[in-house]
Amino acid sequence: MMKLGIPKEIFPNEKRVAATPASVLKLIKLGYEVIVESSAGKSAHYEDKDFIDAGASISEKTEDLWAQADFILKVRAPMINPDTGTHEAKLMKKDAFIVSYIWPAENSELLDDLASKGTTVFAIDSLPRISRAQKMDALSAMANISGYRAVIEAASCFGRFFTGQVTAAGKVPPAKIMVIGAGVAGLAAVGTANSMGAIVRAFDTRLEVKEQVESMGAQFLELDFSDEESGGGGGYAKQMSDEFIAAEMALFAEQAKEVDIIITTALIPGRPAPKLITAAMVESMKSGSVIVDLASERGGNCELTEPGKVVEKHGVTLIGHTDLPSRMAKVSSDLYSSNLVHLLSDLTPEKNGSPNVDMDDVVIRGVTVVKDKKITWPPPKVEVSAAPSPKPSEETKEVLVKKPTFLDRWLGKGALLALTLAVLLGVGGYAPESFLSHFTVFVLSCFIGYQVVWNVTASLHTPLMSVTNAISGIIVIGAILHLVAAEDGTVGIMSFIAVLIATINIAGGFKVTHRMLNMFRK
Amino acid sequence: MSTGFVSVAYVLASVLFILSLGGLSHQESARRGNFFGIAGIIIAVGATIAGVNMGIGSTSTIILALVIGAVIGLFLANKVEMTQMPQLVALLHSFVGLAAVLVGFAGHLDPLIKTAGAEHTIKMVEIFLGIFIGAITFTGSLIACGKLQGVVSSSALTLPGRHAMNLLALGLVVVLGSWFISTDSLMPLIIMTIVASVLGIHLILAIGGADMPVVVSMLNSYSGWAAASIGFMLGNDLLIVTGALVGSSGAILSYIMCRAMNRSFVSVILGGFGQTSGSSSAGSADGDLVALETSTEEVCEELLSAKSVIIVPGYGMAVAQAQNAVGEITKILRDKGISVRFGIHPVAGRLPGHMNVLLAEAKVPYDIVLEMDELNDDFPDTDVVLVIGANDTVNPAAMDDPDSPIAGMPVLEVWKSGQVVILKRGMASGYAGVENPLFFKDNSRMLFGDAKESVDKLLGILRDG
Repeated sequence: MMKLGIPKEIFPNEKRVAATPASVLKLIKLGYEVIVESSAGKSAHYEDKDFIDAGASISEKTEDLWAQADFILKVRAPMINPDTGTHEAKLMKKDAFIVSYIWPAENSELLDDLASKGTTVFAIDSLPRISRAQKMDALSAMANISGYRAVIEAASCFGRFFTGQVTAAGKVPPAKIMVIGAGVAGLAAVGTANSMGAIVRAFDTRLEVKEQVESMGAQFLELDFSDEESGGGGGYAKQMSDEFIAAEMALFAEQAKEVDIIITTALIPGRPAPKLITAAMVESMKSGSVIVDLASERGGNCELTEPGKVVEKHGVTLIGHTDLPSRMAKVSSDLYSSNLVHLLSDLTPEKNGSPNVDMDDVVIRGVTVVKDKKITWPPPKVEVSAAPSPKPSEETKEVLVKKPTFLDRWLGKGALLALTLAVLLGVGGYAPESFLSHFTVFVLSCFIGYQVVWNVTASLHTPLMSVTNAISGIIVIGAILHLVAAEDGTVGIMSFIAVLIATINIAGGFKVTHRMLNMFRK
Repeated sequence: MSTGFVSVAYVLASVLFILSLGGLSHQESARRGNFFGIAGIIIAVGATIAGVNMGIGSTSTIILALVIGAVIGLFLANKVEMTQMPQLVALLHSFVGLAAVLVGFAGHLDPLIKTAGAEHTIKMVEIFLGIFIGAITFTGSLIACGKLQGVVSSSALTLPGRHAMNLLALGLVVVLGSWFISTDSLMPLIIMTIVASVLGIHLILAIGGADMPVVVSMLNSYSGWAAASIGFMLGNDLLIVTGALVGSSGAILSYIMCRAMNRSFVSVILGGFGQTSGSSSAGSADGDLVALETSTEEVCEELLSAKSVIIVPGYGMAVAQAQNAVGEITKILRDKGISVRFGIHPVAGRLPGHMNVLLAEAKVPYDIVLEMDELNDDFPDTDVVLVIGANDTVNPAAMDDPDSPIAGMPVLEVWKSGQVVILKRGMASGYAGVENPLFFKDNSRMLFGDAKESVDKLLGILRDG
């Protein structure tokens, strides 16, 4: 049985923790033992006592925890401890496992270090974006929190209401917000700002997100530009052409003069964040406006933001926080830890407390960046299931549903009509008068039955069956007539039985219908 | 009483029967409709007895039979549980079938009207047809009743060459028919009755449990046609009218049920569905899919934080007898201001309208119990959907997968809602033997266990807090 270690995060101002008491319960169910570093959850408002109650043990010393744990669950990538000066990777056991944010593209040194120790490394940020992996997608979970928090941060620096109000003292206009980039964070920001009553506009280079933006209650800003393919695969944006960028910048410049708050979330994988808001645009904004730059960690979308800081320039507050999820440590720990639980439950299908790194599974393959002393990043390309561009199923459907041609339909109907006519003619020509009068009654009754029964509401179909059951007991009349006229014993007995069972039908059918109908209440 | 009065009484009874069915078009007029039906039958029977000249002896015999029958019928109707309604309805169908057979034989042995020539031939055909349909209805309904009660295995019996056997039986009946008409003898009639009885048994044995709504309504229809044939035999218009009403009613119900499964009537009658196509691999595209489990506590929280909830019940709810607890949950949630509605698929349960009756029994107001078409568009605005004991009727493969055996069947689009909670015993596939991709959707959660126990637990938590 493996020991999972939950160390306290050492990154400055990092308040999240990789496990919560609720997730510890689930991890233990997967067969693991859990050790939590003392006060690891404190800043996320989870006390050591809560972890102990959930079944974890507490380790007082950081070194002990790292030395004992076979599998480390962390938020931030292993780094040098600013207090002691030792690198976390150095503390690790040989041949252990670790899952955390790794950013393998930028941390090749760390990967080499871990590979040399035989560590198996899972980079939660390298998860393939397929629907099956959504439950483990920490990037999306955190982006959602960032988007929400960005609006809250903006609101706290903004000197007005978001929603327009008419008060006794006078009218207050609603705030106008522009969100750039409609990924998970952007959409969360749109939804939050909209629910606070602001007028929200959003822009994205990917036209296909228009519907999502509108469904969250924002107006989608469109460029007057010939449509350029902009999806870069995996649901991310890609670098655009110069003409496109020029048109885009013109739109932003125009919007900057009008809106009160700009929230930027534009990122292109593997590149520094695109500069979308120039110093001139900031200057053109009304005094008291706010810009929240969610891309500030990667250089920022705005020329003037300073990563990690809140500054005021040209009367505009520029918020460059890089720790938005950590500012909501409780919910982000909850979501991150449950992302990890989902990952671990996929890694330990047998719930025996020992991970099985199945490199044939696309999700596990994608997330594993070091295994058996080899760096396995980047993984082979995965087919993205979220948006298959051409839909082959439509075509196959069309082939399947062969539309009956005009001729087919009329042939079928004509044949039926001809048959009916033939039968009627046959009956008319051959049958005697007495039969025909009954036949007329019969046909008319069928039509009446047809008309009446179609009007019966579907919820009364069972009472319909029982009532028709009861009235089909009318056959009792035939039985009575025979019973009266019966000359020999056999016919008499048969008729007697027929009267009896037909009456069961009548009485039973009506009674049970009555019972049912009495139950239907408004 | 003169025959004129009897005829007028029959016309009156016919009108009352039509009004009775017409009354069922709405819940508010339905009870009145039932009373019309009762009045009609009393008038008809009364006029019949009054209209024939008879001695004290036969009058008392008739009254004896009527009283015994009425007592048995009332006893059955009072005793029956609402979940057993399908069985009772099937059993009552078999009685009509048997009565038709008996009256048919009586009509042959001791004809009330002497006929000759073409009229006689027609009457022979009527007797033959009446007994044939009556016998199939009788044995078929008994088997259906047995299947619904669980006495007979509800899975479809697929004998090798069963279609050939049925055709052979039908051919034999035609031969016996011409023998009967040409000789007027009793023997072919008796053989035909036996053949028809066996045919009835075999036909229904070959049809699986979830096709029962079609079968029961089909037998309903047959019982009507049997009554109509007897009416022709006796030259009695009231029987013809009533038989035609019942026959067309059952036929329409069968049609509605078939349409709701996107299957042709013939394919249902031929039976064997869900046995051959069991290995179809819907949802195999994404390999090892995972269904996420949830707990009663979580479901409870979701329900309480929802604004609107739709409950989709299926046969599983009836089997587990969970309807009363479901009704209570509905009441608690509605008292808290949460909108609760029910979505009923036309073929949910084992009888057309089965779910409606069960929910009515559980005191769920009928105006929140809606048909599939009425609320299928509302799922995107719904926070939580509870699926209780339904499977094929909520299977997205019917819409997404053109190769699925249930492709094209209209289904409740529950997956479009915020969260779907599926109460189910295990991961077994439904009646159609098709894997249900719904269970693997991101917004689906499974609540495993017996429906009754799960619902009771939910109810317990909801009551406490």
